[in-house]
Amino acid sequence: MKKNEELLVVSDLKKHFPVGKKSSLKAVDGISFTIKKGETLGLVGESGCGKSTVGRVITQIYQPSSGEVLFNNDSVHGRISGAAKKEKKRSMQMIFQDPYSSLNPRMTVMEIISEGLIIHSPGLGRKERESKVNELLELVGLNKKHAQRFPHEFSGGQRQRIGIARALAVEPEFIVADEPIAALDVSIQAQIVNLLKKLQDEKELTYLFIAHDLSMVKYISDRIAVMYLGKIMEITESETLYEKPLHPYTRALLSAIPIPDPDMERSREQIILTGDVPSPIDLPSGCRFRTRCPNVMGVCSEIEPQFLEVESNHFVSCHLYDEQVMSREDAVPLYDEKVSTYQTV
Amino acid sequence: MTSKLNEKQLVDSPPLTNARGNHDEITDDLFVAAPLNLALQEEISKPSVSFWQEAFHRLFRNKGAVISLVVLLLLVIVALVGPSMNEHTYRSQNIAHSNMPPKVSGLEWLGFDGKNSKGIDVYETQAVEENYWFGTDEFGRDIWTRVWKGTQISLFIALVAAALDLVIGVVYGGISSFYGGRVDNFMQRIIEVLVGIPNLIVIILFILILEPGIRSIILAMVITGWVGMARVVRGQVLQLKGQEFVLASQTLGASNARLIWKHLMPNVMGPIIVTVMFTIPTAIFFEAFLSFIGLGLQAPLASLGVLIEDGYKSMRFFSYKLIFPAFVISAIMICFNLLADGLRDAMDPKMKR
Repeated sequence: MKKNEELLVVSDLKKHFPVGKKSSLKAVDGISFTIKKGETLGLVGESGCGKSTVGRVITQIYQPSSGEVLFNNDSVHGRISGAAKKEKKRSMQMIFQDPYSSLNPRMTVMEIISEGLIIHSPGLGRKERESKVNELLELVGLNKKHAQRFPHEFSGGQRQRIGIARALAVEPEFIVADEPIAALDVSIQAQIVNLLKKLQDEKELTYLFIAHDLSMVKYISDRIAVMYLGKIMEITESETLYEKPLHPYTRALLSAIPIPDPDMERSREQIILTGDVPSPIDLPSGCRFRTRCPNVMGVCSEIEPQFLEVESNHFVSCHLYDEQVMSREDAVPLYDEKVSTYQTV
Repeated sequence: MTSKLNEKQLVDSPPLTNARGNHDEITDDLFVAAPLNLALQEEISKPSVSFWQEAFHRLFRNKGAVISLVVLLLLVIVALVGPSMNEHTYRSQNIAHSNMPPKVSGLEWLGFDGKNSKGIDVYETQAVEENYWFGTDEFGRDIWTRVWKGTQISLFIALVAAALDLVIGVVYGGISSFYGGRVDNFMQRIIEVLVGIPNLIVIILFILILEPGIRSIILAMVITGWVGMARVVRGQVLQLKGQEFVLASQTLGASNARLIWKHLMPNVMGPIIVTVMFTIPTAIFFEAFLSFIGLGLQAPLASLGVLIEDGYKSMRFFSYKLIFPAFVISAIMICFNLLADGLRDAMDPKMKR
């Protein structure tokens, strides 16, 4: 496998949901990123920032308002023939957040997992399908005997494994994991993440891992994108992001991770964001983070920051790192105090 | 497993025998990890039960529902067999035998003694040989035959009306919610217009235009009756459409037909059945009501409503004419409602109370 080949290219993707006659909810508002083959991109951000919408647009559950998604250099959403569309659907699968609603309660595990096989390889006989399902069950660490059971007989972790087996049944290249661990116990979370890692090694999968648990994301991701209100604020290698976060929002997020040491936990400095997330229907002018940013400057309400590569492979969307903007007169911090506490971090 | 291992060690190693008597000497190294059998750990020993098996299990534990089911079955059987149990038909008149009180030999103590309201045995005074089990009406028609014939017709009207409601409601509600957006908006406005007009007026106008009869009663009830079913189905489908298993099926590339028949329908089935079970008694009652106000079936055809209306007129002197059809209709309504309640609890335990 060529590691550096780009599998998925998302360019200026927008998804606006109409609200009433004139306004629209800008769930995803122009984001661009690429995912290389065999890589895991973590997508983090607080609730309602559009993470899941990104995943759903990529897997064609939603049609984008504008922008483009290229998968293996082919457009996913354009006018394409039925067969090509079916093939695209096969190669991109999704693992869902809620293991309780992601399995049809009226179907047995066998029926759930073999659904993809029925759709994508109709030539397969019943026996072959069953043996394939049994194989998949063992692959995700479940028992063959579980095939004839119904979803309500399983625990959350087991259900999530069934969901993973369903996605793997059609042998996808790319999987969107939409907060696959958010609804699980911590001990089970680790199991599922390790299973995903194992499967990635065995099957050469590429993941878009959506989550809001930063420490889990760091563990599984090669690179991490931080989203805020429908836009990507910062994207870089996961190590760099943790060691040297550039965007004020990223810093605030990272400072919220608790440290498992009571002494350090007590003394650590936390950046507490004030205020609520603005409504995605009525976005603030200029930078969308400016209403909560501790480093807000006069210029922030006027110009929307560009998404710039500040260091190699480290993109950030903030005026603080844009020399052109910083040379302007109104590039002066509005709150001095907060900035000073900041620089000590 | 663990206990066996420990016992073995207890016997084998001398320090352990000491430890038995003295608890202080139990140290960490005396403990052996129990072997963890992952295959066994993941096993489910409970037998696998599908949703329907479980629902029926719950239904059969509900005494009221089971009794209702049995009573309903009995009523249906008698309604089918009853009219042919004697030589009378529902329309054969015998003026000589008019207004005969009920008489069943052997059940005299229950009031089936052939005595009228003055305490005179009419069968003796008129020298009538045969017994009319439920008595006769003013034209000498056998009420037993008429009651069961009426039950047949009432049940038939109710079942056909419920079936039509089901078909129209499911299709309408399904299309409305599945396609959503503008289609849904438009279809729901139509429903609102229909609901806005009091349905009694619609039905009365309908029957005035059409000839009164079974067909027009059914049509009149269906013309507004399907709205409830359509709303139930729409609500359910809208709720299910947002569930992740439907999205998962979409990402797998499932066709609309597959989504509808494999994912949506099986999950909407429960509420649909419950709604049908509640529709049937309502339809029976409505038919009786229409007959009672004189818009129902025309003589000599009998339905429970027609019989009650006839009996009501002469309630003071010939109360048996009212009691039997009233008893049957009450039993049917209570049983259907109890059964529907039981079904709802069985299929959606969360809804219970």
